Amino acid sequence: MSLWEYANPVKFMRMADRILPVLWPLSAILLVGGLIWGFFFTPDDFRQGSSVKIIYLHVPSALMAINGWLMMLVASLIWIVRRHHVSALAARAAAPVGATMTVIALATGALWGQPMWGTWWVWDPRLTSFLILFLFYLGYMALWVAIENDDTAADLTSILCLVGSVFALLSRYAVNLWNQGLHQGATFSVDAETNIAPVFWYPALAAMGGFILLFIALVLLRTQTEIRLRRARALIAREVVE
Amino acid sequence: MIALLRRDLAIAFRAGGGFGLSIAFFLIVTVLVPFGVGADVTLLSKIAPGILWVGALLACLLSLDRLFALDWEDGSLDLLATAPLPLEMVVSVKALAHWLTTGLPLVLVAPALGVLLNLPPSGYLWVLVSLGLGTPALSVIGAFGAALTVGLKRGGLLLSLLVLPLYVPTLIFGAEVARRGTAGQSVDTPLYLLAGVTLAVIALLPFASAAVLRVNLR
Repeated sequence: MSLWEYANPVKFMRMADRILPVLWPLSAILLVGGLIWGFFFTPDDFRQGSSVKIIYLHVPSALMAINGWLMMLVASLIWIVRRHHVSALAARAAAPVGATMTVIALATGALWGQPMWGTWWVWDPRLTSFLILFLFYLGYMALWVAIENDDTAADLTSILCLVGSVFALLSRYAVNLWNQGLHQGATFSVDAETNIAPVFWYPALAAMGGFILLFIALVLLRTQTEIRLRRARALIAREVVE
Repeated sequence: MIALLRRDLAIAFRAGGGFGLSIAFFLIVTVLVPFGVGADVTLLSKIAPGILWVGALLACLLSLDRLFALDWEDGSLDLLATAPLPLEMVVSVKALAHWLTTGLPLVLVAPALGVLLNLPPSGYLWVLVSLGLGTPALSVIGAFGAALTVGLKRGGLLLSLLVLPLYVPTLIFGAEVARRGTAGQSVDTPLYLLAGVTLAVIALLPFASAAVLRVNLR
């Protein structure tokens, strides 16, 4: 019993089939519960009013936008080193989900920024690096679509993912030099001495958990779809030969 | 190696090689900007270093799809891949040839175009230095993007989408050197970072580009 067992598509499909029915309701409960709790049962901030509540969408989606790319990086590495097709397909499946998370984070940030900072968009280091991350997601997905041969596409996109990670990290620190920030530092953390009050912390935690599970469920489902698509294509190819 | 460099340079300088194209593009971008933002001299001199950097970057991007595409079409890339010269070296030499025919001329005409944008006298040196340091990185990163899209029929637009995010650090540091230099501030930090990015990219990225080319030639 090891992780590599799931490199076998049949075993992966069986595992995903078993996990998904649990994962969907769990993520739904956490997400809906966390958001309702956050939106209706926490007090308004004394200066920001109720606009602060967008944070229950903003922070989890930003979290998953970055971790989505990290997951793609790990999956790409596994593909390059061990050439498991499931891994390459998982990386492919994660990209649109991660890109959507990035858009949600940017959009909720803009919605919050309009009343609070008085502007939809500023060229703040955090905002800018998220926009750049979004561009990386776009390029990655476009490359997958553009190349016809599946193995070639998997190879090229995984190398792009590795190189892109280095440049994305570099850009993240480069923009610090270029412009000073308006965005606040990390509010949520596990080890900081002054965390936010527990009233806000627990619903945020629930929403984050919900987003994480939702991400995993979506990626599993999309990977299953990719595997089925490939099987269908193989079947059609066999029919044509016969 | 020298032979390959001389061959690439000869092809680029010959008619239809697209040698003057990027300079002409650079000139047109620089001429168009004042029409777009207005002829206010103080505004122009303030944004001149940035415009020169963005213009040079776009002009560089314009010629990237020719880097491997022609050799790919007539099969000479296969020959180069089977030659005793390592593919990493081939990529580096081709990037060098691209820089000599595109980057270097852009650096040299940038001060002349600076006159059009009313660049302050203090800026000429730093625009030259920052472009001179930064454009090699643009060529090497561009070679990676060109290697990624070499097998595609209409890879030009995809190439831009892939390469532009990779250009961000170089552009930030380069334009920052030019801006601070023009404003008479200390340029040490961005200058060292720009040099660091360029050197690291020259040292490491050819390996990725060669790996990508091998996949595409498979």
